[in-house]
Amino acid sequence: MNTNKNSNRHVYWNPYFGGFLLGLIIIFTFYLTGRGLGASGAMKSSVVALVDGVAPTHARTNAYYSLFLSDEDTPLNTWLVFEALGILIGAFISGGLAGRIRWRVQHSPKITSRRRLGFALGGGILFGLGAQIARGCTSGAALSGMAVLSVGGFITMLAIFGSAYAVAYFFRKNWI
Amino acid sequence: MGPIIPNGLIPIEWDSIIAIFIGICFGFVLESSGFSSSRKLAGVFYGYDFAVLKVFFTAAVVSVIGIYYMDYLGYLDIRQLYVHPTFLWGAIIGGVIMGVGFVAGGFCPGTSLCAVAIGKLDAWVYVLGIMVGVLLFSEFFTFIEPIYDGYFLGNITLMDSFDWNPYWVIFIFSIIAVVAFALADVVRKRVKKVFY
Repeated sequence: MNTNKNSNRHVYWNPYFGGFLLGLIIIFTFYLTGRGLGASGAMKSSVVALVDGVAPTHARTNAYYSLFLSDEDTPLNTWLVFEALGILIGAFISGGLAGRIRWRVQHSPKITSRRRLGFALGGGILFGLGAQIARGCTSGAALSGMAVLSVGGFITMLAIFGSAYAVAYFFRKNWI
Repeated sequence: MGPIIPNGLIPIEWDSIIAIFIGICFGFVLESSGFSSSRKLAGVFYGYDFAVLKVFFTAAVVSVIGIYYMDYLGYLDIRQLYVHPTFLWGAIIGGVIMGVGFVAGGFCPGTSLCAVAIGKLDAWVYVLGIMVGVLLFSEFFTFIEPIYDGYFLGNITLMDSFDWNPYWVIFIFSIIAVVAFALADVVRKRVKKVFY
């Protein structure tokens, strides 16, 4: 990647410009579909589909998986799964245009790749668990919730950032 | 009068195509704003890069102003929009767990998908982690269900809870965002730079 190491300025868009466009996308999404964006929903659907494929009886008797299973259709035929496929395509186009696509593990020079991957796995597990308990992640609950002034959206947003700031000290070696 | 698809102005068959299109725009904007880099995202928690704060709050302010403006002009009926439900303790406990996951893993689900698309292996592992987290939640659902389904306050907005005027809420929210941006720039100047 041809990055100027002394300033990261020209590498990415101006954050206000990106935020403005993201806001327009959210308006457009609500205008068309009456709902907001999401990301963790697609991963939930994937897990439901996987479990249903491997152990159908277990999936049908489990109180949570069975909420998303029906006899006529696959759990993957949801709006959020198609939207998540779009995210992958869109990010691939953007990364391709900017020359950012390659296989790598990104981590601070002070830690090893193995440590980075371990923390990524643990962080993912926590985020997956938390997103189910709160019924949405930063996109679905916090951002789309705040767009319609949902109380739950604001609470989730404050809880995510509050707890992240509270524990940031203990993870500082990974990042700075 | 919007929303378009629930009111049958576009056939429902377009739903999935629109979903992919919106996803492409979402992914493109997130990746171009630098959200495929965990080190850039984590900067908001250590003060060396406030892209998350700026993008996230700008998007929230723009979207809430736009939605209320379209309602005011009569293009969109705000009462028909889906309001994220409020399960008080679910939102708090889930949010706290997500916060720890955010700092530990450096991504949230949407940004990890962007990083997956451009080949970050740490993001592949992170998404695998999310799926394990969902699996754990589902398998222990009976234990978690009291929090998940309890303390339900309805699909409420700030106006329902506090009887505030929405236009004042949006105005004050926008002011808070601008102040937060200014503070972020002050903090960033004082913090040791991190290059990534």
